[in-house]
Amino acid sequence: MRKLTRIASVVLLVAILTSACGGGGGSSGDQPFRIAVVTPSAKNDLAFSQSIYESLLKVQQAMGGPEKLEFVISENMFVVDDAGAAIRDYASQGYDLVIGHGSQYGGVLQEIAPDFPKTSFAHGTTVDTFVDKGITNVFAYEARSEQGGYVNGVMAGALTKSNVIGVVGPIETGDAKLYVDGFVAGAKSQNPNAQVNVNWIGSFSDVALASEAAQTHVKAGADVMAGTAQMVVGAIGVAKENNALWFGTQASQTSLAPDVVVANQIYDWSGVITEIIDLIGKGTLGGQAFQITLANKGLYIEYNTAYSLPDEVKDLADATVDAIVTGAISVAP
Amino acid sequence: MISELFTAQVLLGILTSGIRLATPYLYAGIGETFGQRSGVLNLGVEGQMLVGAFAAFYVARKTGNLWLGVLAALLVGALMGLAMAFISITLRAKQGISGIGFFLFGLGLSDLLFQTLLGSVQTVSGFRPLAIPLLSKIPVLGEVFFNQNLLVYGAYLLVPIAAFVMDKTTFGLKVRAVGENPEAADSLGVNVSLVRYITVTLGGMLSGLAGASLSIALLNVFQQNLTSGLGFIAVALVYFGGWRPWGVLAGALLFSMVNALQLWVQVLGLPIPSEFAVMMPYVLTIVALVVAVQRVRPPTALTKPFIREG
Repeated sequence: MRKLTRIASVVLLVAILTSACGGGGGSSGDQPFRIAVVTPSAKNDLAFSQSIYESLLKVQQAMGGPEKLEFVISENMFVVDDAGAAIRDYASQGYDLVIGHGSQYGGVLQEIAPDFPKTSFAHGTTVDTFVDKGITNVFAYEARSEQGGYVNGVMAGALTKSNVIGVVGPIETGDAKLYVDGFVAGAKSQNPNAQVNVNWIGSFSDVALASEAAQTHVKAGADVMAGTAQMVVGAIGVAKENNALWFGTQASQTSLAPDVVVANQIYDWSGVITEIIDLIGKGTLGGQAFQITLANKGLYIEYNTAYSLPDEVKDLADATVDAIVTGAISVAP
Repeated sequence: MISELFTAQVLLGILTSGIRLATPYLYAGIGETFGQRSGVLNLGVEGQMLVGAFAAFYVARKTGNLWLGVLAALLVGALMGLAMAFISITLRAKQGISGIGFFLFGLGLSDLLFQTLLGSVQTVSGFRPLAIPLLSKIPVLGEVFFNQNLLVYGAYLLVPIAAFVMDKTTFGLKVRAVGENPEAADSLGVNVSLVRYITVTLGGMLSGLAGASLSIALLNVFQQNLTSGLGFIAVALVYFGGWRPWGVLAGALLFSMVNALQLWVQVLGLPIPSEFAVMMPYVLTIVALVVAVQRVRPPTALTKPFIREG
């Protein structure tokens, strides 16, 4: 009897352990284009993962619904090894395109892609397609997030009354660093007297520390704040409580604090996805790198209509967007 | 440049932030202290916190009543604690691995409920800072110590209460006896399993409350993996604190104050790379641990299931 309960408890434990890991499913049939995506956080994180999810929905709608484009998504694959297993799984299930939505998945893609030469893979944000390593079925994509960062920064510089602006970032690298650098440059160009305090909290997920970083900015006198990555929901709450203005990026964060969010830089990957699908249709499975920019509308500024942005600041922002598109302002790092 | 750190504004900012940051560690750490003093290591604290955080958030949002949210967190925390107790005490499973199982279970369950019941990141109007009459009027310090929200006060009140229960009551004596020498306690008529069930369930409730302190008092938001490792830090702080509530308080405050300090170091633009700044609380805590751990000994029966002989 005791042995039985032991076995039962082991079974239970295994069930508990495995229940935490999501699995993917695929189906065959009337040959829709099939995409599988692995994301580091939840598809509704109001940030990076949400941007690819919403872009896929958009492409799906444009192509004519699930009969034409089928996609599955494995969320919360922050552990790269788990993501690697999921990617391999999807590839062996015959998906046409498997996307690892995060530059951290580059290493596993480089290992897996050569084993599935008929499957196309994509990852970002990065420019590395591994063509130089003889791999021809990996696409890369990146966001020139410093562009919208610059526009947001210009508005922040124009709107601050205390001349102190606070920024909460995750880790000083990649896309986050691009955005923050652009933001700081934009704020400084508009308002040389503004002091822009940047706080890197060392984590993409520590909501409590992001919140406290925002509190610190408020204490230091900031009346305008910005931030990037999914842990900033903690900082937005602080902005709301203290009536400080907030600038978002990656996805719309307006719903969290409609009174204080001024604008968001939105990532729209649908153009990149459509282009990749076209290329795959023509037999090109990889080797190209894409960018979303203000010019190709992969990046755009979404204004919060509930916030009454002064007309002259809106005009200023629009002029800045135009200047970046035409190249009159260069914000390249 | 360093002198900028020692202005009144910055020091008060660090104190205020540190006190807030330490709150979840106190609830979870003190709950875990009771479990460990009775001989049960619960590594599932993080999972219990997550489920508690979600339950509090969801109930508070649906009913508009924050106290019902607190109650929900206590309840689901108790259920998680009971389940952990059943597996580690009655079934005598290895405590380390079953705790990890509970962490993953809580992580998955809270995310599943979040995705199905809410579906998007939302906010709730949580506990507001509540100025304590008279005390909050003390110049400077009143603002720091006596203008926090109720769940923050609760965490600090819990420390002396927990220390009293552990050191001065019969129940505390039983907990310590069961954790040091369960055979002897058993022979004197103490129900070892019952005491452990109580401490582990209590630990679950306090972990749930730790989650609630994040989701409906400090952050007022729920997101998947909201706790992001805080529960594991709380377990580490129990070791740091030498299995005593006051020690947990000291550890939680040290870690949180240094964390608050590093935020200011960056805001003031001191010439320290951010990577080093975010390492500071961990490095300092490890150093303090190495110095402090020489003098304390863990409960003898920690992680050892009790099997009655004869």
